[in-house]
Amino acid sequence: MATVEIRNVRKSYGPVEAIKGIDIAIQDGEFLVLLGPSGCGKSTLLRMVAGLEGITGGQIAIGGRVVNDLDPKDRDIAMVFQNYALYPHMTVFDNMAYGLKIRGIPKAEIRARVDKAANILELGRFLDRRPSQLSGGQRQRVAMGRAIVREPAAFLFDEPLSNLDAKLRTQMRVEIKRLQDRLGITSLYVTHDQVEAMTLADRILVMNHGVAEQIGTPLEVYQRPASLFVAGFIGSPPMNVLDGRIDDHGEVVLVPGGQRLPLPQPRPTDAGRPIKLGIRPEHLAVAAEGFSIEVELVEALGADTVVYGRLPDSETLLVRMAGIPTVRERDRLTVTPQDGALHLFDAVTGRRVE
Amino acid sequence: MKPTRFIDLVPHIVLIVGVLIFAYPIYVTLIGSTWDSGTIGRGGLPLWPGGQGMVNYAQAWAGEAGERALYTPVRTMMLNSLVMALSIAVGKIAISILSAYAVAFFRFPLRMAFFWLIFITLMLPVEVRIIPTYKVVADLGLINTYAGLAIPLIASATATLLFRQFFLTIPDELLEAAKIDGAGPVRFFIDVVLPLSRTNIAALFVILFIYGWNQYLWPLLVTSSGDMETIVTGITKMIGTGESANDWHIIMATTVLAMLPPVAVVVLMQRWFVKGLVDSEK
Repeated sequence: MATVEIRNVRKSYGPVEAIKGIDIAIQDGEFLVLLGPSGCGKSTLLRMVAGLEGITGGQIAIGGRVVNDLDPKDRDIAMVFQNYALYPHMTVFDNMAYGLKIRGIPKAEIRARVDKAANILELGRFLDRRPSQLSGGQRQRVAMGRAIVREPAAFLFDEPLSNLDAKLRTQMRVEIKRLQDRLGITSLYVTHDQVEAMTLADRILVMNHGVAEQIGTPLEVYQRPASLFVAGFIGSPPMNVLDGRIDDHGEVVLVPGGQRLPLPQPRPTDAGRPIKLGIRPEHLAVAAEGFSIEVELVEALGADTVVYGRLPDSETLLVRMAGIPTVRERDRLTVTPQDGALHLFDAVTGRRVE
Repeated sequence: MKPTRFIDLVPHIVLIVGVLIFAYPIYVTLIGSTWDSGTIGRGGLPLWPGGQGMVNYAQAWAGEAGERALYTPVRTMMLNSLVMALSIAVGKIAISILSAYAVAFFRFPLRMAFFWLIFITLMLPVEVRIIPTYKVVADLGLINTYAGLAIPLIASATATLLFRQFFLTIPDELLEAAKIDGAGPVRFFIDVVLPLSRTNIAALFVILFIYGWNQYLWPLLVTSSGDMETIVTGITKMIGTGESANDWHIIMATTVLAMLPPVAVVVLMQRWFVKGLVDSEK
């Protein structure tokens, strides 16, 4: 059990900078999710913590000890890989015990630790099998068992659920959450799946192009996205983004089509400023006046319905409504955002405007 | 129904004919080794076994004087061939698996240069470099020794290449998982790479053992005394050139005996051999 501190960490491959200075202190027992699209550097950052990639600049400290120059084995971490990385020729027991054997832990204790982990993960019946005789979910559990028996300072998960089918993924997600709650071991978890991030994380680090776009709890990230990138990445279907302008009194946002949306508080200093306006589809509701849209497509998901509407100036507006569809294609609808549902972003930098 | 049956039949006929063509000379050799030299010498070898088998084999094995010449006993030649073939097979596997491990898993300066150096030796068969090799072996005083027979044939680009290709299919994550588990390069090699390579090793062992067993030109050059004769060179020396008649019954018995070790290796390792060729056990 330990804290993990990442201090201004950088990574370059030749002239290409993959990680451009990340700073975060992860609390003891915290579950941090690194979220971002492929190629954003999230796996690289995790592998730097693991010691599988060198650190170009900055420091990484695990449990207060700077580990920049330590081998992976000396960092007191355990890692779960996307493709499980089980030793194919060893039994489940040997897979879990291998790391302990190398560390010279007595046989009886290895037995006890593996049995305990197997119990937690319900792998008891499979200890004598080879990985090839297990299903994907079982293999992933063995990989987690291998991490647990080590009793490390931190768990590192590198997209552990990506190779599983949707149903199993949900199930394993719950198991991981339960496991981490129970063991209370500091965890770093890389994923590109926002649902995994939202459900597992204590805090999410949203990454894009090697930069931390935002660090915050799942709800913070959802409710107050720090940038257009985060706003578009978190939430499904994605947030609507419209070009707008704050009027000359700083009281309303003008959007093309003549719509006037009142700001929560007047902001006279921003009068006349061009702006990107974000509204989540689930925060739009049918009303007497507001955006007038023509329904182009209706996606009925059962519990709720996503309506693809066309604004008069031909921009698309997504509306998410609860329940089964009440509208049909080509219907006309008027929708308006709920109070406090407007997100303002700088038109140039994309940063949130508070 | 009928066309499928016909289509099924054709490959079987082709296979059976093929087997007969391959098996017939071996059958003739087997039969020949059971008749006396007189019967064979008259040119009328029957296609059924004769009664001289035990006598012929005993004679070949112990190397008692034949009717016309004195040969190195088969037991000596078999031992020489066995030592040579085993040394070549084991040595080639040991050296090539280690060099392939280095080339596939380690980053060191000139790695690719070393790889290509190994690789281009594929273009140089034993025959091409046989004179310089002979000179080196002779200078080292290895003529008429087991070392001289085996060592020059041990280096193998083919086996190195095969192992390297196999090692490249081992996922990086496995290496990384082992690193995190605390396994260094030597442990990883012994605990993970070797067990994963065992079917490949078995397949290569079969191929290399037969390769070693069948060596002809090199043993011919590097051995001059009868004690060091290998069985393949020995058989050819039994067959006289020119006018002299041959002890065909003994030659055939010797040939049959010479076939046995490779056949045994193939039969014993067949399961692994096939496995090594068809799957990589991932």
